[in-house]
Amino acid sequence: MRKDYRLEKRKYVIGGFILIVAIIYIIRLFDLQVCESKYKDYADSNAFLRRTQYPSRGLMYDRNGKLVVFNQPAYDVMIIPRDVQEFDTLDLCETLNISREQFDKRIYDMKHSAGYSSYTPQKFITHLSAQDYGRLQEKLYRYPGFFIQKRILRQYNYLAAANVLGNIREVSDKDIEADNYYASGDYCGDLGVEKSYEPYLRGIKGEEILIRDAHGRIQGKYEDGAHDISPISGKNLKLSLDIELQQYAESLMINKIGAIVAIEPSTGEILAMVSSPTYDPTSLIGRQRGGNYRKLINNKYRPLYDRALKAAYPPGSTFKPSQGLILREEGIVSLSTAYPCTGGFRSGGLKVGCHGHESPITLQPALRTSCNAYFCWGLKSLIDNHMSKYGSHSNAFEVWKNHLVSMGFGYKLGIDLPGEGRGFIPNSKTYNKVYGEGRWSANTIISIAIGQGEICATPLQIANLCATIANRGWYITPHVVKEIQDTVMPEEYIAKHTPTIKSQYYDEVAMGMRMAVTGGTCRLAALDSIEVCGKTGTAQNPHGRDHSAFMGFAPYHNPEIAVCVYVENAGFGATYGVPIGSLIIEKYLTGKISEKRKYLEQRMLESNTIIYSGVKKH
Amino acid sequence: MESRSTNKSIFENIDWITVIIYVILVVIGVFNIYAASYDFDNASIFSFDEFSGKQIRWIGLSFVLGLILLLIDARMYETYAYPIYALMLILLVATIFLAKEINGSRSWLVLGPMSLQPAEFAKFATALAMAKLFSGYNFTLNSSPGNYIKALLLFLIPIALILAQNETGSALVYLSLFFVLYREGMSGLILFAALCCVTFFVIAVKFADSTILDIPTGEFVIYLLIMTIMVGMTAIYCKQPNLAKNLFLWFVGTGLIVMILSLFGVTIPGTIYGISVITIACIYCIIAMLRNHIKGMLVTVFFALGSIVFLFSVNHVFNTLQPHQKNRILVTLGIVEDLRGTGYNVNQSKIAIGSGGFIGKGYLNGTQTKLKYVPEQHTDFIFCTIGEEHGFIGSSFVLLLFLILILRVISIAERQPTAFGRVYAYCVASYLILHFVINIGMVIGLCPVIGIPLPFFSYGGSSLWGFTILIFVLLRIDAARREHLSY
Repeated sequence: MRKDYRLEKRKYVIGGFILIVAIIYIIRLFDLQVCESKYKDYADSNAFLRRTQYPSRGLMYDRNGKLVVFNQPAYDVMIIPRDVQEFDTLDLCETLNISREQFDKRIYDMKHSAGYSSYTPQKFITHLSAQDYGRLQEKLYRYPGFFIQKRILRQYNYLAAANVLGNIREVSDKDIEADNYYASGDYCGDLGVEKSYEPYLRGIKGEEILIRDAHGRIQGKYEDGAHDISPISGKNLKLSLDIELQQYAESLMINKIGAIVAIEPSTGEILAMVSSPTYDPTSLIGRQRGGNYRKLINNKYRPLYDRALKAAYPPGSTFKPSQGLILREEGIVSLSTAYPCTGGFRSGGLKVGCHGHESPITLQPALRTSCNAYFCWGLKSLIDNHMSKYGSHSNAFEVWKNHLVSMGFGYKLGIDLPGEGRGFIPNSKTYNKVYGEGRWSANTIISIAIGQGEICATPLQIANLCATIANRGWYITPHVVKEIQDTVMPEEYIAKHTPTIKSQYYDEVAMGMRMAVTGGTCRLAALDSIEVCGKTGTAQNPHGRDHSAFMGFAPYHNPEIAVCVYVENAGFGATYGVPIGSLIIEKYLTGKISEKRKYLEQRMLESNTIIYSGVKKH
Repeated sequence: MESRSTNKSIFENIDWITVIIYVILVVIGVFNIYAASYDFDNASIFSFDEFSGKQIRWIGLSFVLGLILLLIDARMYETYAYPIYALMLILLVATIFLAKEINGSRSWLVLGPMSLQPAEFAKFATALAMAKLFSGYNFTLNSSPGNYIKALLLFLIPIALILAQNETGSALVYLSLFFVLYREGMSGLILFAALCCVTFFVIAVKFADSTILDIPTGEFVIYLLIMTIMVGMTAIYCKQPNLAKNLFLWFVGTGLIVMILSLFGVTIPGTIYGISVITIACIYCIIAMLRNHIKGMLVTVFFALGSIVFLFSVNHVFNTLQPHQKNRILVTLGIVEDLRGTGYNVNQSKIAIGSGGFIGKGYLNGTQTKLKYVPEQHTDFIFCTIGEEHGFIGSSFVLLLFLILILRVISIAERQPTAFGRVYAYCVASYLILHFVINIGMVIGLCPVIGIPLPFFSYGGSSLWGFTILIFVLLRIDAARREHLSY
């Protein structure tokens, strides 16, 4: 047969066709494999299930090694949305004890939360009960895409110190945005030590890389776990609190509004810090947290408000030792300088009342009797009568203010807890603004000499003043954590701060405070075996009955505890402040309350001053 | 002369290039089947419980089969072409009734321990029958329409029988025999028309959402294509450069007018513009044809009007397709992303291949194929394993092997002294082309998912044996080509 050469050329068409297709395919392969990088990520997210391994959160012990806060497991139901396949919704709802509406709502909420991704685990339900957990665990294979994430909740051995310990909550969208450590459904510290020591407590998350097949079945660990990262547990904390003292102090504050701060002067460690009314820390665990938290927020006595470190109270007479210190340091008075007190301070039509005691009076007796007149005269002398030394009222006032600031007033002390208040110490500008420059003098502002007027201090600041006096002239920033596991405490909780007052003047003031206990306003604080020093405070306030305050330390030599008690609307300092303060001192130093002071303890435990809250004085 | 066709001379005349490519492909194939079905339990590649072990058994038998085929006299195939074809048709019919239904298809015959797919062997029988038909004395395709019908029937009958087995993919393979018809004289215009149909269809469906001149962009683009092709055909096919120039000026001129009008806010509907401009061009062509007796112009006019009719049919036909068919087309064209349904396979296979990168993850290190993300990975999607584990380098190497094999088969075809040998060889080339184009195209997401295996690679004895028979019979016929010369 003759060959048709015209047709033979058609081999080029057929060959050319397959050549062009092969070239197109090779270009396509180049595009898929070399140009496009997303497929690598897809492949990884296909094959590798990165499961977070949660570290256990650091535990908290008190200063005596008693376990205060520990962990308990909880179970969250998580979903990887893209792995979810059809399942029996009703059956799941029954297993989890939720209604269909709740189910839909949770799915909706999940899809609209920050950081939602269908590739990563999303929180579906938190804190399953052990029963629900057990039931779900058995049926879990029916719900592809669902898994159970073990989480850690807190549990408490003592129903005390909620304000100091704080608690943990689920991270908010904002937290996730602010810190990429967190993922949806994680927990973080809220309030208290849990918040301020969050970076230590939370530990470091680990990761387990599992390989799974197309059906989502786990095939084992990727390369036998060679790439897994073990979680590192959070650091345990040793609190400076004496949890039993704390409990005792809280019991004394039952039915009272106010705060107690007890400090070990030599270390700045806080032994007890009460804010009353307080709340049960276990009420903020787990699923019931939301409801209880709302209740606490709405409670009119604001239990979540930590009065011990936030409340700005007029310090009243507990402020007087600081005044004595300034007057001595500035050389305004000597130990023998005496001022008259005839029922109070009278100057140019101004009168500040006082109570019956000897007159004229010197510094230490004035501290003993809490003489208002003495300190008013002292301040007046400082501001009005030393123009040659200071040049102006304003300058003199600034000197006064700077001394106070050096003692820790007016600014945050820097405690290791969130939300500390700074109190208030005015400066001369404040008065210039109110009265006009040069148009005010000591008389205008005289009430600040006795811790009234514009002056405000937190119970923590008052306790710190007391600790400084106990130390005779220095303090360490108060703090509630004594040790962090395997970590050196930050320098700021070790360094001594020395106010601008010489130590000898502290000695004199301490003597005055000792005299107040032996024969003055604080006689109720006297203990048989221990030399207690103290200062009462009765603070007038615009809200009702006077606040009852006390600050004291003991023993007189080598003090081991300095305490500030502040009870709102409870009347005289001697009525509530002194008994409570001295009971705490006695309890801490002797471990018990002596028989003859049991009545005092009884009275404090049973009394109720909350009823006076908001009641106007008559 | 008969006596000279000893075994020795056969092996001297064997086309060893083809044999080597065949062996390389088969060996790479079995290693990839092992990789694709590799489990973390580290089973041996030779274990008969594994796909790879079974495939090695199939390969061993293939080599034996190949050797036997080489020993059979080449003329036997020519002599028994029709009986073999008839036997095969009977087997196909029998299969419809005897086969158990597996995954909706009735294509597997169980013979003791083996299951075979007669459709894979019917390719060989059909190729023989085609070759036999064309080798008839003075047979040319164009000598009578009856010859076309005979040739078409030869492969439309197996298509019908295989469709009855519900094996759409396998049936489709026989359509590749149009390449053979083309080589043997069928007008290129038919292939051209088929190409245009596919192109227009893809464009019309893919660009149906955006609009130009108030009509879908796809439709607009097709009008432009029709105009371009009209000009091109007039110039090249009809060899009428002056006519082509006039057409070109007409299209460009009217196009400019429409554009300027639309700038002034007067929008002429695209359909009216397209149809009227093309129709006027056709009338012009007809007039020119009648005046100057240019026969070829009829083809141009026929093409233009046919295209417009086709364009309007596409939407209609497309909307009458079954939803899953429509969906497959839409997914392939990248219009619909359906990663759970139709698109799952393709998406997973693209992920597997794409994640291989330039040099691949290394043998047995592919995670996607190991963890069964790609369905049918040891059969139809076997190419994924190469893509993932051997990267761009490995997958292009395999592509090139196939390209060389196909080109080699075409060159063998052209050197055959007989129509029988040539047509048979072109049948083999056509099957290979279709399998290659569809299978690889589907795996890399360029073709719709049509379940046909990759020759020599995909797991399964029927496919391997089917292609082995095709190749070795070709080698045997080729080896005997010199004997013919000496007749």
